[in-house]
Amino acid sequence: MSHITRRRALGVAAGAAGAAAGLALAGSAVADAPRAAAPAAGPAPAPFDEVYQGRRIQGGPAHGGGHHGGHHGGGYSVTIDGEELHVMQNADGTWISVINHYEPVATPKSLARAAVRELQGAPLVPLTLG
Amino acid sequence: MTVRKNQASLTADEKRRFVNALLELKRSGRYDTFVTTHNAFIMSDTDNGDRVGHRSPSFLPWHRRFLIEFEQALQSVDPTVNLPYWDWTADRTSRSSLWARDFLGGTGRARDGQVLDGAFARSGNRWTINVRVDSRDYLRRDLGAGGRQLPTRAEVDSVLAMETYDTAPWNSSSDGFRNHLEGWRGVNLHNRVHVWVGGQMGTGVSPNDPVFWLHHAFIDKLWADWQARHPKSSYLPAAGTANVVDLGDTMRPWNDVTPADMLDHTRHYTFDTAA
Repeated sequence: MSHITRRRALGVAAGAAGAAAGLALAGSAVADAPRAAAPAAGPAPAPFDEVYQGRRIQGGPAHGGGHHGGHHGGGYSVTIDGEELHVMQNADGTWISVINHYEPVATPKSLARAAVRELQGAPLVPLTLG
Repeated sequence: MTVRKNQASLTADEKRRFVNALLELKRSGRYDTFVTTHNAFIMSDTDNGDRVGHRSPSFLPWHRRFLIEFEQALQSVDPTVNLPYWDWTADRTSRSSLWARDFLGGTGRARDGQVLDGAFARSGNRWTINVRVDSRDYLRRDLGAGGRQLPTRAEVDSVLAMETYDTAPWNSSSDGFRNHLEGWRGVNLHNRVHVWVGGQMGTGVSPNDPVFWLHHAFIDKLWADWQARHPKSSYLPAAGTANVVDLGDTMRPWNDVTPADMLDHTRHYTFDTAA
């Protein structure tokens, strides 16, 4: 069983997707500036750092450096026990994650808490392929 | 010719063949490639960037092409197998035969959501969740958790009544049929069903649960039903739209198929009803 990063998985699976998507993802990994994908509405959500149901959840501006590849939180990053939760902001300002993809919530903190409840103690892992 | 049937009308033999074909695709590794592709699009489709599989007009033709490819994979194992559809307006409880031991198995246990019965239970060792975002390698469900309800027929009809296929800005904030069917706005049809099933179905790796295919086969049928009700309404946008798949643009990851190619499902299959 191989473990690869989400960004690499994207590159492999959507490889046929073409260079444009790959470049966009690479760009997101190195740029701190808000991406074009960031919705225009509203101020950036407040950072948070708390322990929720025994899990440490943190959120705040994403840092460059490559290990946060593939996020679409408009420059906002969320982690659970230090592992990145892939998050995305919708056009109406609500948020979803790869764990709660089909049920938007109002803030990244609500999103992190929803993921903790759904995980029932299980750790997040980089996308794992059999 | 492929005829897609309502899952509630499948014979015991048809259910057995469908389940066995799924297990064979899983065993060979082909099944997991579909899960990987789906999650890649889930994570890369954005409201203000490039979007193909979700939150965009091509949600419907993209999934139609995705399902055709999957159905062909099933048929390469057993040529008699077709994709059934789940009409969740009719079979709307966890007591439906859909969730019986001889078909998809039932809801998960409270402690960890693990599905314990049927062919896809972890104990059978034939349905390991390999493409995953957390450490759990077993199929999970939480059918109807929190008292959630599946969409009703009246809600479906209210969405089918919408005349316009899709509208600018062609994303999760759009008005129109596509976005109300996808569920980012209004009564919420497609998204709500993912959440109702719970477990992997609520995540980006939702095709890990075989019910994904039966759910999307019904979403696909609703698109065909809408076309029949609105013969003068066309796929939109027509051309020249940034970040969005226009009628004649090719769709990733195939790059050889356009929404226009996908408008007539009868070239590929029919349904067991008159739509």
